[in-house]
Amino acid sequence: MNNILNVSPSPHISTPETTRRLMYGVVIALIPALAASVYYFGMGAIIVTLTSVVSCVAVEYLVQKFILKTRPSVKDGSAVVTGLLLAFNVPSNLPIWIIIIGAIISIGVAKMTFGGLGSNPFNPALVGRVFLLISFPVQMTSWPVPSGFRTGYLDAVTGATPLGILSEGVKAGETVASLMEKVPTHMQLFYGYMGGSMGEIAAAALILGGIYMLWKKIISWHIPVSILVSVALFTGILWLADPTKYADPGFHLLTGGIMLGAIFMATDYVTSPMTHKGMIIYGIGIGVITVLIRTWGAYPEGVSFAILIMNAFVPLLNMYIKPKRFGKEVKHG
Amino acid sequence: MFKTFPKGGIHPPENKLTADKPTVILPVPKQVTVPVSQHIGAPATPVVEKGAAVLAGQVIAEAKGFVSTNIHSPVSGKVSKIDTVVDTTGYKQTAVIIDVEGDEWVTTVDRSTALEKEITLTREEIIERCRQCGLVGMGGATFPTHIKLTVPAGKSCDQVIINGVECEPFLTSDHRLMLERGAEVLTGATIIMKALGVERAVVGIEANKPDAISHLTELAREFRGITVQPLKVKYPQGGEKQLIKACTGREVPSGGLPIDVGVVVQNVGTAFAVYEAVQKNKPLVERVVTVAGKSVTNPGNFLVRIGTPVTALIEAAGGMPDDTGKVVNGGPMMGKALAITEVPVTKGTSGILLFPAVAARRAEVLPCIRCGKCSSACAMGLEPWLISVLSEKGMWDQAEKEKITDCMECGACTYTCPAKRPLLDYIRLGKSTVIRMAREKITK
Amino acid sequence: MSSTVLLTIAMLSVLGLLAAVILYFVAQKFKVVEDPRIDLVNEALPGANCGGCGYTGCRAFAEALVKSTSFEGLNCPVGGADTMGKVALILDRQAVAIEPEVAVVRCNGTPDNAARTSYYDGAMSCRIAHSLYGGTTGCHYGCLGCGDCVLACKFDAMYMDPVTELPVILDDKCVACGACVKACPRSIIELRKRNRKDRKIYVSCVNKDKGGPARKACKVACIGCGKCVKVCPYDAITMENNLAFIDSYKCKLCRKCVPECPTLAILEIGFPVKEQKPAEPAKAETN
Repeated sequence: MNNILNVSPSPHISTPETTRRLMYGVVIALIPALAASVYYFGMGAIIVTLTSVVSCVAVEYLVQKFILKTRPSVKDGSAVVTGLLLAFNVPSNLPIWIIIIGAIISIGVAKMTFGGLGSNPFNPALVGRVFLLISFPVQMTSWPVPSGFRTGYLDAVTGATPLGILSEGVKAGETVASLMEKVPTHMQLFYGYMGGSMGEIAAAALILGGIYMLWKKIISWHIPVSILVSVALFTGILWLADPTKYADPGFHLLTGGIMLGAIFMATDYVTSPMTHKGMIIYGIGIGVITVLIRTWGAYPEGVSFAILIMNAFVPLLNMYIKPKRFGKEVKHG
Repeated sequence: MFKTFPKGGIHPPENKLTADKPTVILPVPKQVTVPVSQHIGAPATPVVEKGAAVLAGQVIAEAKGFVSTNIHSPVSGKVSKIDTVVDTTGYKQTAVIIDVEGDEWVTTVDRSTALEKEITLTREEIIERCRQCGLVGMGGATFPTHIKLTVPAGKSCDQVIINGVECEPFLTSDHRLMLERGAEVLTGATIIMKALGVERAVVGIEANKPDAISHLTELAREFRGITVQPLKVKYPQGGEKQLIKACTGREVPSGGLPIDVGVVVQNVGTAFAVYEAVQKNKPLVERVVTVAGKSVTNPGNFLVRIGTPVTALIEAAGGMPDDTGKVVNGGPMMGKALAITEVPVTKGTSGILLFPAVAARRAEVLPCIRCGKCSSACAMGLEPWLISVLSEKGMWDQAEKEKITDCMECGACTYTCPAKRPLLDYIRLGKSTVIRMAREKITK
Repeated sequence: MSSTVLLTIAMLSVLGLLAAVILYFVAQKFKVVEDPRIDLVNEALPGANCGGCGYTGCRAFAEALVKSTSFEGLNCPVGGADTMGKVALILDRQAVAIEPEVAVVRCNGTPDNAARTSYYDGAMSCRIAHSLYGGTTGCHYGCLGCGDCVLACKFDAMYMDPVTELPVILDDKCVACGACVKACPRSIIELRKRNRKDRKIYVSCVNKDKGGPARKACKVACIGCGKCVKVCPYDAITMENNLAFIDSYKCKLCRKCVPECPTLAILEIGFPVKEQKPAEPAKAETN
């Protein structure tokens, strides 16, 4: 009976869910997409992923240990997720040293300078990706052509992404209908048979991961659905207006980083709004900006930029979009 | 279709280990410690001297002011001393300590168990009887019942809700009461209806107690105006405002009371106490307490006298397991952790839960990852992550604007936080500070 | 070509002139007339914005000083007499003599002295622990050890001692701003007169319980026996609610009360070590 009791304010029980579990849940959800990219891009995908994950974790550990002098918190798994997402956002033939630079920017600049997990305003993996895209445009846009394990790593045969073909083609005056014959069919796109960043290609695998995260309640449907629906609607309107100049919504949804962005990048807790209403506005914003960039911008793909731009609005959305308080409306009878 | 409140809520493991354990009457202990403050409001004033002989049911401390209640001796015996002791709140309070001799009751109390359905008292007499008998809300808030039964001028009441939700995990005392004394509970509800002058009462019960729902539905046929409403299992279904919303669709305004939407909510334990006070003239000197925990050998529901030491209750449940690291007075979501177990059972003690040391320790606090799960869990539509940071930083004005005072401290946010942040700790601090500052403003 | 250059110059000049005129009128319209002495006084203040004076910051205090008619009740505890003297010079007024003060922690409830009866596991905040329950020891008045005072200190004059689990005040850094006094939910910290060589004599306890429970909770608690009150030749010690209090402005540091205390609750700090009389240690042993 001489136990010294523990005293704390209520509640005295807590959900088994932890930050770590959520992060590893995301990792599990990313496995199908990783498997798909290994299937299409072979060794390159494995090398890029490993390098990215290891260097992200290492950068986080080193920064916390030697620069911030705090207890390293790599155990929480957020660096692993960032590493995976960074890898998914680059071509599978990217040299190792460029990936390491990306990891330093992602973790060191975009995450740790703001105070680490929970304080970064912009998605770290996307900051890394955009930094690399601007700094190393050649390496970042020479997409390997998917050819299974034969693809190789640095010596992979490269080609353009479907979006690139479309963008270039339209600029050159070709009609969409003729361009569509140069790109894989919608079904091939759905399974991921196309050039592109290593993780963004297989829509089917990404959707599978998304369903897993929804089932485990790691994410809510609001962000992915609002992004996909707004992209579909916007491109659908353009397509109906002039099918010779604009591609159909199916093509837009299945190509580029839309699926990866909507399911994994935009739903990053830290850089997305807290309320469901806010999430929907945020999602629509991303969808619209993506289509704007794809259709009229200089780059053929705009998901990363769209997400980063909307990241900047998140504090504003959090401040002005409040959940409906209980007891606002007074009803009697 | 089970009704529920519209937003927020969580589903903690129910752990109703003692739901099928019939209530056991605990023998009267050798000594009882009766704090004079067992309710919200001013402490009662002791009216017995050291050495005085008292009978069970005798007033030993009188209510001081309107928001206060009488305290009765739960046993017969001799007043050993009047001293300050640590009670379940964790603070030192004045208490009357009585050495038990026999079990003699004051003669006015009808101790028979026969059901008395005929209500002879008038409205005023009922309210006065509740005041005399020291009734308080038995759900845990311990607000004096006679005040709740008095409809303030300018307000009207058309419905009574009897709260049989018991949404806290582990606790089963209300559940057992409904099963074993269902007719008394419903008679109590009828008395409450009469005191408030209303025609309708709804008994809200969560769907995880199907036996209580069917039992009371059966019994309610014989009571005019009483219906049983099954409710979805969701915490905090038993919160007053959530229960009203679920049962009637009415939303109590921010900062308002249930009476603002014409409803009075009473716990089933209170309804039973009202029955005993009005029909049997028995003051509130005993209550049902659930003693449970994962490693407790003999968990159960016990009918105990107020003032019985918690240690005696734990003994009755098979003693304190060696691994115990935390003892909670009340439910795991809103109960209060006890620093020592040598404290008396009070009118608001609904359960004594023993948690193993491993489960009792809070996990390491990690940075907020802004997942928004706390906002989704909040039944009041608040943003716990925000108001907790505001009060941690001392930004009271902002916290007030974000409706920190609407928080009912249910703990759903802290439960659901994956980073294990002590959200409610800071919110509670901010809430009490904001309320205090508002009061100071008024007095200035 | 030259006409383009000329046009550009002309355009920019006209724009500049226009902006200047607008700015001039705006400045006239929204001119704030401020006593220039406020700036002077503000510069003389330490600029720590600690709030020790009771105002929101140094500037607010400077305004209050300039507006005031006398320095009664206005003091910068951080700058002390020096600063107030400078301010008096600027405002051409008489400085009120102010005794320098220092904060003192009046609790000695180390784990050795006050046995821990429970373990606090909530958020590390004294205010939260205080609103939750009596505390981790049997003493419901003593230090909770979560360090709210240390967080409140803006001068790095405090730290938590991990062994004693009590806050420690660094006398040379303490400026007596009173932030820690306000932060402590149990009013343990007190501002006391600063004596020569930082010597201190104070009752290191705030327990208002009767002797028995107080002693049971903590070995070095004040039990309210009143021996110190009797022995004090200067009436500096008062006894209220079973708790002795030494008024630092009346105390002459004679140290007569210190050996009287049966629980060693009165602490003397900063005095040279007394010559040990051979009889004394033996006495302590028999106790």
